[in-house]
Amino acid sequence: MAISNATLTGLTRTQLLCMHNMMLLMRRFEEKSAEEYTRGKIGGFMHLYIGQEAVGVGSITALRTSDKILCSYREHGLALAKGMDPRAIMAELFGKATGCSKGKGGSMHMWSNEAGVLGGNAIVAAQLPIAVGVAFSAQYLRQDTVVACFFGDGAVDEGAFHEALNLASLWKLPVVFICENNQYSMGMAVEKAWAVENLLSRAAAYNMPGEIVDGMDAIAVYAATKHAVEHARRGEGPTLLEVKTYRFRGHSMADPAYYRTREEEQCWRSTRDPIGIFEKMLLEEGLATQAEFDENDAKATQVAEDAAQFADNSPDPSLEELYTDVMVDDSSALTYRYERK
Amino acid sequence: MRTITYRDALREAIREEMWRDERVFIMGEDIAGYGGTYAVTKGLFEEFGEKRVRDTPLAEEVITGTAIGAALGGLRPILELMTINFSLLATDLIVNSAAKFHYMFGGQPEIPLVIRMPSGGGAQRGAQHSQMFESWYGHIPGLKVVMPATPYDAKGMLKSAVRDPNPVLFIEHELLYSIKGEVPDEDVEYTVPLHLGEVRRLGRDVTILTFSRMAHISLQAAHDLAKEGIEAEVIDLKSIRPIDIDLLIDSVKKTNRVVIAEEGWKYYGTGQGLAALIYENAFDYMDAPIQHITGADVPMPYSKALERAALPTKADIIKAVKAIVPTHVGV
Repeated sequence: MAISNATLTGLTRTQLLCMHNMMLLMRRFEEKSAEEYTRGKIGGFMHLYIGQEAVGVGSITALRTSDKILCSYREHGLALAKGMDPRAIMAELFGKATGCSKGKGGSMHMWSNEAGVLGGNAIVAAQLPIAVGVAFSAQYLRQDTVVACFFGDGAVDEGAFHEALNLASLWKLPVVFICENNQYSMGMAVEKAWAVENLLSRAAAYNMPGEIVDGMDAIAVYAATKHAVEHARRGEGPTLLEVKTYRFRGHSMADPAYYRTREEEQCWRSTRDPIGIFEKMLLEEGLATQAEFDENDAKATQVAEDAAQFADNSPDPSLEELYTDVMVDDSSALTYRYERK
Repeated sequence: MRTITYRDALREAIREEMWRDERVFIMGEDIAGYGGTYAVTKGLFEEFGEKRVRDTPLAEEVITGTAIGAALGGLRPILELMTINFSLLATDLIVNSAAKFHYMFGGQPEIPLVIRMPSGGGAQRGAQHSQMFESWYGHIPGLKVVMPATPYDAKGMLKSAVRDPNPVLFIEHELLYSIKGEVPDEDVEYTVPLHLGEVRRLGRDVTILTFSRMAHISLQAAHDLAKEGIEAEVIDLKSIRPIDIDLLIDSVKKTNRVVIAEEGWKYYGTGQGLAALIYENAFDYMDAPIQHITGADVPMPYSKALERAALPTKADIIKAVKAIVPTHVGV
């Protein structure tokens, strides 16, 4: 089959294959994480991104490396898409010294200054006010950085969401609010939590553009985010995107998902898998071949395997690390005027 | 040296730091057009403009988060919260974000942030506007918590706080804004370190350990006690976190007796924490049980008579000192 040189929404074949590769990496990385969790190599809470890959890949493809993202605790996939080293992410899951947060953060707390990943936050909606501040600093310093702030549908129920949208709009800050509506805030169905049907009215309430996006279509997410990012970069202020998606796994590793039916899950998985949708589109457009998909899958599997092996072989943090990084200046609760033995 | 108010000293610190470093800006509720609820920021908007003197909506959670994010983005924010009572609406961001990020993310992010906020009672502002919360924040690793008592310290410590690479909670006392004190001339640059307390008065018979507005009440008590021959050493802690432990232990070793005087509530608070530290570090030097003067264990009442009864006084301190200093002293 002949490969077309055409583009899709301005994305070249190389970019599209790169997006495909990243979606596969997210999927295989999370599957590997789940496996290592089951083996007891990873502890604590862990929230998988499986099913939501198109949101992360589509939106982050629309960003520059110098742009920043802030996330919730479901951020492994976003961190990968923004360019963080899979080894450093997996090692963080393992709690190892080589982890991106030196093993002090864990699944919910990934960070990279270089990649512009400013944290996974484990307090629902806390990243929204902080994202407003990062965007304010960009405006203040006359940088053309844009901040993308990712959060779930549950965060919309927090007061911080409303305060953040109001201030971002009032000050015309370069931030794109991306609600990954995966239908459930833990076990609470979104229609039981929201007094509105969708977020268009919320966007309107804070006088900013809003858009509802098919979160299983990476191209649609890319197009919507690109539009919002350009709007923000032009100094015209924030946008609220409601990206409708579905997490294929439970809320966390501990969640058997009794609040939804197996039929519902099966329906999403079989008809709305974002990777399947993306591949189908590329094939139909003649932009890629099954062989290329298989190659990407093999590469992704290899990267995930390598990351896990790296993490497993990495040392635990030294116990001296317990007391480092509390304060930037290494001060502690007590001021000592004299040397202690 | 000039004599200026605590309020003016704070404003000078903000002005000087804003002139020194363009990354420094101040934001808060009614700080620009109104000039600040306690007039600390009066005139700064006219001098620096809207970019650097930012009025915000009444939304403590987002403005605190915005200040944190601005610090992450390379700025040096000074956030004024109208009162420490309102900081409760932002406690999540202070405790879970500002205090945690540096550690939780393996030392990568730094949050050079100052949150200024008045606290304390005595102005008939009622139960929800008269509280001391330094012990809550002082409990949290990752924060610095300071409470200067004089105009000299207010200016010097605020300048240090702005230059500090950590989140600093700078807690003022609303009855201190109008007090006057000596401060070096405007062209004399000085700072006061955040990690040290100070002996305000030397004495041999008892140590009065105190901070913020109670430092002044304690000095008045010491003055009166001296007339009866009791020499009280008054230590102004200045910082709640970190605690200048050696300063107070040295004093205890000398006087062997301690009165802790604070305005906050008694139980699980700053004073009880200090008492535990003293017992841990200087038990063998103690000749009497620590006396602890605090505000009454009630929500602050509005009535002038009741409020006065709820706040610790000079007489309370004098009584506590006399309860543990032997009567032969000074006779």
